[in-house]
Amino acid sequence: MSGGNAVELSGVTKIFGEVTALDNISLEIGDGEFFSLLGPSGCGKTTSLRLIAGFEMPTAGEVLIGGRAMGHIPPYQRPVNTVFQNYALFPHMTVHENVAFGLEMQHISRQDIRQQVGEALEMVRLPGMEKRRPKQLSGGQQQRVALARALVNRPKVLLLDEPLGALDLKLRKAMQLELKMLQDKVGITFIYVTHDQEEALTMSDRIAVMDHGLVLQVGTPHEIYERPATRFVADFIGETNLIPGEIVAINREVAEVELARGIRLKAPMVPGATVGRSVTLAVRPERISLAAAPGPEGMNLIEASVFEVVYNGATTSILLRLESGIVLTVRQPNIAFAVEPSDLREQRVRLVWPIEASSLFMEKTPVEQGKA
Amino acid sequence: MTGSDDKSGRRGPLLVLPAAAYLMIFFVLPLIIVLVISFVERGRAGGVRSPLAPTIQYYIRLVDPLYVGIFFKSARIALLVTGVCVLLGYPLAVFIGRSPPRLRSPLLMLVMIPFWTNFLVRTYAMKQLLGAEGGINGLLLWLGLIHSPLSLIFNEFSVVLGLVYGYFPFAVLPMYASIEKFDLTLMEAASDLGANLRRAFLQVMLPLTFPGVLAAIVLVFVPVVGAFITPDIMGGGKVEMIGTLINRQFGVARNWPFGSAMSLALMVMVVAGVLYYLRSSEEKERPI
Repeated sequence: MSGGNAVELSGVTKIFGEVTALDNISLEIGDGEFFSLLGPSGCGKTTSLRLIAGFEMPTAGEVLIGGRAMGHIPPYQRPVNTVFQNYALFPHMTVHENVAFGLEMQHISRQDIRQQVGEALEMVRLPGMEKRRPKQLSGGQQQRVALARALVNRPKVLLLDEPLGALDLKLRKAMQLELKMLQDKVGITFIYVTHDQEEALTMSDRIAVMDHGLVLQVGTPHEIYERPATRFVADFIGETNLIPGEIVAINREVAEVELARGIRLKAPMVPGATVGRSVTLAVRPERISLAAAPGPEGMNLIEASVFEVVYNGATTSILLRLESGIVLTVRQPNIAFAVEPSDLREQRVRLVWPIEASSLFMEKTPVEQGKA
Repeated sequence: MTGSDDKSGRRGPLLVLPAAAYLMIFFVLPLIIVLVISFVERGRAGGVRSPLAPTIQYYIRLVDPLYVGIFFKSARIALLVTGVCVLLGYPLAVFIGRSPPRLRSPLLMLVMIPFWTNFLVRTYAMKQLLGAEGGINGLLLWLGLIHSPLSLIFNEFSVVLGLVYGYFPFAVLPMYASIEKFDLTLMEAASDLGANLRRAFLQVMLPLTFPGVLAAIVLVFVPVVGAFITPDIMGGGKVEMIGTLINRQFGVARNWPFGSAMSLALMVMVVAGVLYYLRSSEEKERPI
């Protein structure tokens, strides 16, 4: 992240009829950043992108691009380009004509256009396809044309609206890495909309997690995954075990949470936690291990019974039930096991995890306004 | 090819049979009769003389400047009517195509409603409206905008007006079909790439909805160029088009062979013109 902000949303609200798509959100996206807007459908991520592109105008608040307030500047005068969800390639034009479209609007000479289109297609590894029509290309190739068509204009910011959504898993994974490397190379700010948390974690410098028109958390993939700000974020990003309980003791940096029947777990304190509050304790499945003996100090320990063991290839998921009836998942890499997992079925086992691997959320978490 | 394809391929011709029989009896046969008549000497009181003495005099008569002029005039009026229908119909079709889906059918219905009234009645109603004592002149006189009635009727203007009114839905429906299928995201993409609305329309929307425009042009131009009821009523006998001319040959002029020759000439020209036009447009704009 260098220099100023490529894009800034300041107190932006967007209302469609009776639906509030965005509720007073503020975001600052740095120059050259790969920034993802992540959330379930209807969370407002696409609306945010459309506001930046200029397809929608905010009901309140302001969109700034390169420090300049956009006001009612139409899309065709904004220094941004978009890669659309279904590519929106012009079906009546060849690949060359598609990629050249933006340059032609800028009245660039025919010769320069040819050269720049060639370079752009080279960059997305699609040379020699100039004469094809979009319909004659595979989904992945169309995707590359859409990228080339946007990037050839050297926008200040590239907006990508779930660009990999229509591709199959394997191609999607390959394109994720390719996009990331491409962004490194061109140095353009990417704003990437996705509902796929894995995709966001893989590609982004920073992620804004959104839900119901609000920004819940902004942070690096590491921050978002390891220190989710809300229960929603914890649940939406990756898999999480959510264990309800009540705070019964606070010991400086550590809160003790009692589940039913006097079983206690520990978690790092969070602001606002008080004794007697109902909370949810979250812990990632891969942070939990099966233990033969009680762990050392600083570990949580709980007993549970295994009711299912699922082999996933690289990992094995073990599903357990606490005495209170809560179901937990433990995921272990398929390397060396102390016990053969399939032997665990119907067994009572001990689970341990580091206290700092637990996160605590107040029930009725006050919604936090995310800001970088 | 799979077995089922084979089967339907063999049975396919059966499906065409009823329509083919109908067209044979009521289209091809009469057309042959018209063709034969056009080469036969006229009878004095209508009809024809013996078909054993063929003549091409009626075709020669067609190139008389008087008739060539009427052909050109008909083509000019038809082009004008087609142009007006397309220019008025396209924005309307866009409006309907962009309306919420539940409103689209009712809106299309509104376009079609005039069709439910008898064509003749509609045309007479139009004539009443435009007449010296009609509603429009009445209103303008009452408002004091004019002091004597305008001659709105029995001229080319009223004929064009009547034809536009009569054939407007034929323009709207095919254009609507194309526009409704058009993906508006493409307009956003064009705008995103720096095209203002005019350029986005000309380079993206128009080419991609052009099949509908083409269909509208053909569906309006072809019937209008041969129209005879509207020019007859709205033109009051003062605006001669090919249709009225042909109509007269089978009526008061009692010259069936000349009427037949004219019909066939019109048909050949229209078919040739439309085919040529379709082919050249297809080569230019071929949305896949």
